[in-house]
Amino acid sequence: MEIAINSLPQLLKGASLTVTITVLSVTFGCIIGLIVGLARLSKNKLLRLLATAYVDFFRGTPLLVQILIVYFGTPILLQDAQGFLVDNYGMPQLISNYAMPRLVAAVIACSLNSGAYIAEIFRAGVQSIERGQMEAARSLGMSPRQAMRHVILPQAFKRVIPPLGNEFIALMKDTSLLSVIGIIELTKSGMLIVAWSYEAFAIYLTVAFIYLVMTFTLSRVVDYLERRLKTSD
Amino acid sequence: MIEVRNLDKSFGKLVVLRDISCHIALQEVVCVIGPSGSGKSTFLRCLNLLEQPTAGEIFIDGVKLTDNDNTINLVRQNVGMVFQRFNLFPHKTALHNVSMGPEIVQKTPRKEAEKIANDLLVKVGLADKANVYPDQLSGGQQQRVAIARALAMQPKIMLFDEPTSALDPEMVGEVLAVMKDLAREGMTMVVVTHEMGFAREVGDRVIFMDEGRLVEEGTPEQIFGNAENERTKAFLSKIL
Repeated sequence: MEIAINSLPQLLKGASLTVTITVLSVTFGCIIGLIVGLARLSKNKLLRLLATAYVDFFRGTPLLVQILIVYFGTPILLQDAQGFLVDNYGMPQLISNYAMPRLVAAVIACSLNSGAYIAEIFRAGVQSIERGQMEAARSLGMSPRQAMRHVILPQAFKRVIPPLGNEFIALMKDTSLLSVIGIIELTKSGMLIVAWSYEAFAIYLTVAFIYLVMTFTLSRVVDYLERRLKTSD
Repeated sequence: MIEVRNLDKSFGKLVVLRDISCHIALQEVVCVIGPSGSGKSTFLRCLNLLEQPTAGEIFIDGVKLTDNDNTINLVRQNVGMVFQRFNLFPHKTALHNVSMGPEIVQKTPRKEAEKIANDLLVKVGLADKANVYPDQLSGGQQQRVAIARALAMQPKIMLFDEPTSALDPEMVGEVLAVMKDLAREGMTMVVVTHEMGFAREVGDRVIFMDEGRLVEEGTPEQIFGNAENERTKAFLSKIL
């Protein structure tokens, strides 16, 4: 018990990193998701194909593998492409020394992954708006783009709040996978404390409890948003 | 005003419209009647390219309708449409449902668009509902807002797709009254309807459609009084 309380500051520091990465990733994920989701609905076949491939890949492979690819894989890719990087003095430098900053890799991997799920959420949201809405907007002379922006998306956004909330919560828990590339988020903080204290049960239980507090708060916020937007209908 | 030549429309193998040709003059009110599945709604929807014709040509005000996006958007600004199920935008108030078209499509400044919208809501008798959302309006009120919304673009032609079919009986009258006013003001109107009373009273011409064909057309007196075609007679005998 005492060890749990004593390690709380360190765990909370990890938790704040978990929150930061989650918020950043969901934000970028929403941007990716909106673009990819709309591309999935595009008339353009190539765009549709690319978007579908994107979703298939990132939904069909484990996030853990994606994290490893982004962090360990991409520097090698860069090296293969260029062979050498040039340092500040113009001297060629072997790129294998180059490592992507961990946090950047973490946010990239999580954003790409949640972007795929969010794309599907947006696509479903747009498709759930009845056809008459698009027809009414188009019959007023709006272009497809104007109709999407002013008529379809505002209605779709309201409908996707609950599944978007789910995705937010799922991602928050999934960031624990980032421990494998040495990001000291909440889970990794716990592991580090256990490594010297051997108090696995107490520490991991505390870690779980902190996750629970965060996800619970998040789901209440989502509920609140959902209710508020409903009344403004 | 509207010239339709040899219009065909099929969905896959299902042929919905066969070789329809007709001419609708300026300020004319044409009512399209016929059994369900006769293709009358599809015909109407072809007139502003909500459905793409399979073959044939449509000219509106001398401009040929093609699937070119710019032409479509331009033509649609001149052709208002009112739907059976209203299709109001649920996230906008009655006022903004009406002001949205001018504001977004014609780039009318917001204040001005709202003034236009307010005037139109007065015209359809809903001045007091300006700030109400569609789901708080009755069916008849929603349809009147939908008419105002279409009118906000100052169209030259108004298309009505069974505008009263989804309404409770006691609300049909208020919508028809607004449409009569429009007809009296000289709006060119094409109305797909089951309201034979309206067709008889307001229509300049009645078109009877069956199985995708334009079977017979004439003045309301001709069609309702002494139709020539057997199918027209059979249909009318069932509903009159």
